[in-house]
Amino acid sequence: MIGGLFVYNHKGEVLISRVYRDDIGRNAVDAFRVNVIHARQQVRSPVTNIAHTSFFHIKRSNIWICAAAKKNVNAALVFQFLYKMVEVMGNYFGKINEDNIKNNFVLIYELLDEIMDYGYPQNTDTGILKTYITQQGIKSQTKEETTKITNQVTGQIAWRREGIKYRRNELFLDVIESVNLLMSPQGQVLSAHVSGRVQMKSFLSGMPECKFGINDKIVVDSKRQEPGATSGGGNLGGGGKAGHIAIDDCQFHQCVKLSKFDTEHAISFIPPDGEFELMRYRTTKDISLPFRVIPLVREIGRTKMEVKVVVKSNFKPSLLAQKVEVRIPTPLNTSGVQVICMKGKARYKASDNAIVWKIKRMGGMKEWQLSAEIDMLSATDKAKKWTRPPISMNFEVPFAPSGFKVRYLKVFESKLNYSDHDVIKWVRYIGKSGLYETRC
Amino acid sequence: ASVSESLGNIRPWLQKVTTQAKTTDSKYFTTTRKGEIFELKAELNSERKDKRKEAVKKVIASMTVGKDVSTLFPDVVNCMQADNLELKKLVYLYLMNYAKTQPDKAIMAVNTFVRDCEDPNPLIRALAVRTIGCIRVDEITAYLCDPLRKCLKDEDPYVRKTAAVCVAKLHDIDPLLVEEQGFLDALKELLADSNPMVVANAVAAITEISDSAQTDTAADMLCWSGQLINKLLTALNECTEWGQVFILDAVANYMPTENNEAQNMIERVSPRLAHANAAVVLSAVKVIMKLLEMLDPNSDFVLSTIKKLSAPLVTLLSSEPEIQYVALRNINLIVQKRPDILKQELKVFFVKYNDPIYVKLEKLDILIRLTSAANIANVLAELKEYATEVDVDFVRKAVRAIGRCAIKVESAAERCVSTLLDLIQTKVNYVVQEAIVVIKDIFRKYPNKYESVIGTLCENLDTLDEPEARASMIWIIGEYAERIDNADELLESFLEGFADEQTAVQLQLLTSVVKLFLKRPTDTQELVQQALSLATQEADNPDLRDRGYIYWRLLSTDPAAAKQVVLAEKPLISEETDLLEPNLLDELICHIGSLASVYHKPPAAFVDGRGGGQVAKATKGLPSRLAAEAGGAAAAAAGGGDFGAGTGAPGRPAVSVIPTQESLIGDLLDIDMSGGATAAAAMAAASASTNQQPVDLLGEGLDSLLGGPAPSATSPVPPSGASAAAGGSGADSLADIFGGLGGGVGGGLGGGGGFDPPMETWLPAQKGKGLQIEGRFLRRGPQLSMELRLRNNAMQQLNGFAVQFNKNSFGLAPAQPLAMNPLAPQQSVTTLLPLNTKGPVQKMDPLLTLQVAVKNNIDIFYFACLIPMYALFTEEGDMDKRVFLSTWKDIPPENETQFNLGSYAHDADTASTMLRSFNVFTIAKRSVESTDMLYQCVKLTNGILVLAELKIVPQTNAYTLSLKSRHVEIYPGVHEAYLAVLKG
Repeated sequence: MIGGLFVYNHKGEVLISRVYRDDIGRNAVDAFRVNVIHARQQVRSPVTNIAHTSFFHIKRSNIWICAAAKKNVNAALVFQFLYKMVEVMGNYFGKINEDNIKNNFVLIYELLDEIMDYGYPQNTDTGILKTYITQQGIKSQTKEETTKITNQVTGQIAWRREGIKYRRNELFLDVIESVNLLMSPQGQVLSAHVSGRVQMKSFLSGMPECKFGINDKIVVDSKRQEPGATSGGGNLGGGGKAGHIAIDDCQFHQCVKLSKFDTEHAISFIPPDGEFELMRYRTTKDISLPFRVIPLVREIGRTKMEVKVVVKSNFKPSLLAQKVEVRIPTPLNTSGVQVICMKGKARYKASDNAIVWKIKRMGGMKEWQLSAEIDMLSATDKAKKWTRPPISMNFEVPFAPSGFKVRYLKVFESKLNYSDHDVIKWVRYIGKSGLYETRC
Repeated sequence: ASVSESLGNIRPWLQKVTTQAKTTDSKYFTTTRKGEIFELKAELNSERKDKRKEAVKKVIASMTVGKDVSTLFPDVVNCMQADNLELKKLVYLYLMNYAKTQPDKAIMAVNTFVRDCEDPNPLIRALAVRTIGCIRVDEITAYLCDPLRKCLKDEDPYVRKTAAVCVAKLHDIDPLLVEEQGFLDALKELLADSNPMVVANAVAAITEISDSAQTDTAADMLCWSGQLINKLLTALNECTEWGQVFILDAVANYMPTENNEAQNMIERVSPRLAHANAAVVLSAVKVIMKLLEMLDPNSDFVLSTIKKLSAPLVTLLSSEPEIQYVALRNINLIVQKRPDILKQELKVFFVKYNDPIYVKLEKLDILIRLTSAANIANVLAELKEYATEVDVDFVRKAVRAIGRCAIKVESAAERCVSTLLDLIQTKVNYVVQEAIVVIKDIFRKYPNKYESVIGTLCENLDTLDEPEARASMIWIIGEYAERIDNADELLESFLEGFADEQTAVQLQLLTSVVKLFLKRPTDTQELVQQALSLATQEADNPDLRDRGYIYWRLLSTDPAAAKQVVLAEKPLISEETDLLEPNLLDELICHIGSLASVYHKPPAAFVDGRGGGQVAKATKGLPSRLAAEAGGAAAAAAGGGDFGAGTGAPGRPAVSVIPTQESLIGDLLDIDMSGGATAAAAMAAASASTNQQPVDLLGEGLDSLLGGPAPSATSPVPPSGASAAAGGSGADSLADIFGGLGGGVGGGLGGGGGFDPPMETWLPAQKGKGLQIEGRFLRRGPQLSMELRLRNNAMQQLNGFAVQFNKNSFGLAPAQPLAMNPLAPQQSVTTLLPLNTKGPVQKMDPLLTLQVAVKNNIDIFYFACLIPMYALFTEEGDMDKRVFLSTWKDIPPENETQFNLGSYAHDADTASTMLRSFNVFTIAKRSVESTDMLYQCVKLTNGILVLAELKIVPQTNAYTLSLKSRHVEIYPGVHEAYLAVLKG
């Protein structure tokens, strides 16, 4: 298992060093710095083996977070743990940067002591950790309090404490999808998928059992007799023929009873208090692509290029897309750019080597165009080849491009006297661009 | 009530104070002043609590950045009693780091630990038991047992789950103690605990213990019943994500007895495939992949399970890049094992522009594996796109991939070739070179089909600067010499720079020139002669010379045969060239998700055999054995002497110097990450023990060979169990010695020839876990080799043998890997391991010590042996008289040393002949006043010259040897060699 955890700043100075096992020596810290952080070339792998010690690293802004191990550890677990560690630290003191880490190093050591023992990850749920790692000492706690804490840390429902009370029982569901597209210059879809997640914010009293219904084909088929108590939301967007979509794969928060999902296709769970990610899913079929980019690039001689880009929106005219941005890469030896566009603002950004075309709002079924003339310096230094990176797009639309729909979310709390009807529920759909690229 | 009220008021204020303190914590990182330690000491002993706390924080910060603050140990420990939990945790952190360096002072902390283990607050109890397990000091460990036993039965699950892990910690320090104290059983009981986290941690601890087990009880810890597996799978639902991984990884080791059980397990594990944690998913995939092997591959169940696996694997590719990388490495394995799983999912492996390079390279690999006639058009379009990217490695791989497509899908070969030609037109240097390499492969797969492109290739001849590309181009020219009009000119131009080329290019060039000659004999005779003479006369490389000679002789004796041989039809190359070997693949499938699957190597290849933990075990865990070993050598030598005198046989010291296993470990695997001190100490011990051996090892050995029945065979050898005179500690070693002699005699007689030394026991079976190794060094002409006789005294088959030498004084290293078939129980095999002297050199003490590691499927074993000096005498010792004379004079007279060799029956000429057969060259002979003087010279493998003057007085037959060399430290070895030869 993990032998040690190290955190470095961009210069390779150690900010945190916690050794869990005897087989990781002090010089392991230096080995990673010398061989990876100070290495001349670009990092070629997130896993590095130096003298029989394996180093796993991730980077957050300019902070290196590294785990070292001597044995044949579970690599996926190590990375997942590193992400989790970053998440926990983020929840405690915000952004991961050098100042925050130095200012909180005592807290970090305390956390590292708690979330990992002898290289084995323990409970890493921030909600629970916050009940007893407070940086204020816990000497004052009574016996009942501490037993409650320990029961929660180790318990079956490790993600929720008992005795939560709200005057208003309320829950919010956000269906957030990111659409990924790779399109050939001819308009052929090379690959497209939607990765979506259902973010839930719950303010519910007691230990409520929730049942969640979606319009997935399998789930719907097996649960046809179930009454479809949809709670608000949008009958919007395209996709979803006959109202059902085919989800390729989905993953759930640890509160969801996976065995029940497997046998009955029912998503049932006791939610953590506050905000959490209930599920993640992926679809590849029948995606309604909100935008289409049609590029036309013409090279005129060695020093001039003409670019024409058409953006078509492909959704209901009544809806508005926001934060639309098209990035058209330009060659490295660009000397000047003249841009004309019908709508929005377009500017050449020399620092990014791209023309950035921003459109604040764009309705459905529209077609806007940009044309640009690019002047280039004659390529002197033995033609550093320009590889024509793809044109990328960013946007936000108010529907789920996969056609995903929430059919119902029911809340049962047998011990307290509030029923499903008393709970106020909100649902929102957001479609965002993931990697949305068109080759040119 | 009033107190709590006022406390309520104070709280916000307190918070303010702490937040203030927080914002300034970073200042601790900046102080680097002189006298800092001194100031800290004062602050640590301050009366004020807050000041002490600040001071401890400073200490921890210093520790973090790598400063040595161990001198503050007693002062920090003094702060331990504090009732402030935050402070306590900091002090514990300090203790964990420095306790080992100050074991005597660490004892001071014991009482506090023991008291904390009884604290009413479970968080503190757990903290204490968690920390104490990390303090690896023997004295403290002894105090740990009682509190640990209590904590394992604690009413609070939080304490129990911490105690479970603590058992694993303790096992790492002292495995025997854990067994004696019954902690293994206590741990097993925790598997039935009502709390899921306790169960998960117990599983983790048991897995770890059985992995590093030294005894059967510990190793069997993981042999679980189906019933228990069932229970654990039920517990899965309630565990944290990490606990699920522990359980799944452990369950993966279980082999169900019948199909139904396997099927049932798969059904229960497959819901995990929908877990958000990638580690859970991959571990579930591992379990399922393993179990699938047991089932009928065509059954509906298997087919539907395989279908279920693809989606979760694809989903992993939308996680963070590092997880994607791990997933892709695993998918690479899975696709090789079961190509069906992902054959529909080609598109997800298309490379995205912003993917990190490591993800790009892996995707490309998988893309090629999934390529088929059905999807080749898509793949090719992608690859063409990739070949224009910026990253050189990626572009190369893409170009290579195009070539692989051509070889894999015949229908697409033509398109691939034209794509490659397009790429060559880009004139980008590395693209062109890579394309030429793959086109050569395409030619080999489809001979006589695409030769029309050769013209284009030849245009780019000048730009090729990489050996592989040059060799490929030269191959193409030679292979198609009859179609290239100016092939002779092209090859000639390559031949001009022959000496500067790398071997691969030189070999290829030689072959191609010969091919050309066979195809166009009339006008290329000169060229072929030039190439042959370059290869045979100017080249240093034996491969090249040999190949040159073979061609030469072939061409001169039978050109027709040469044609048949050189221009023979070549076998076609196969489609998949980079598949993993099936055995390795199966092993790696069992390691899905782990590092082994990322490296694509079995764990043994990258996990350090000793692992810090095991060293600790060896040195700390087996105190009784260690003592026996350390003192053993000395006791044995003395004991042996006494024994010999008693029976009238000559005193017989240990034949081989076998430093203790433990002492070797540190040095053989020269990893300096940890335990440097241990290794140094161990080496000192080793040399100490060897120094006590009488020097005359070889003579004795030879003597025993010729002396008829070995005395040791007839002498009343005490059985190894009898600890009579030498005491318990020496008994083992004594047995080794006699075992060694017996083996030596047998080996020597079997070897025959008379000049070969007897076999020595290098690794007795007790230390080799049943593997016994005897061996000796032989020189056959110029070839030095090590003859090994391996005997399997264990109950099971031994296989997977490999051998490695530590750095040694003469750079001896195996010239080839140890070729050994599996060794059945009670079988013994003699094998010859050729050696060269190209290994790393490090002066050893004693000079001729060679430390050897032998690996097999059981473990890695270490032993040391002495290289006989005469094995290092080379053929090149002969020299001119004048050179001898001037060299003799050149060496300062203080380097001259004289040895009295005793008297022998042979006269000067016989002695000279005898010595000559050991590469001791007699340069001149002189007789002065009826005394014969032989002037001799020896050259060692590392070029050291030793000049010798051997004086023989005929009347008394007394031999006196004077040695002169620039390196006096080799004299003892040479002296022994002379003795050995003259006696033999």
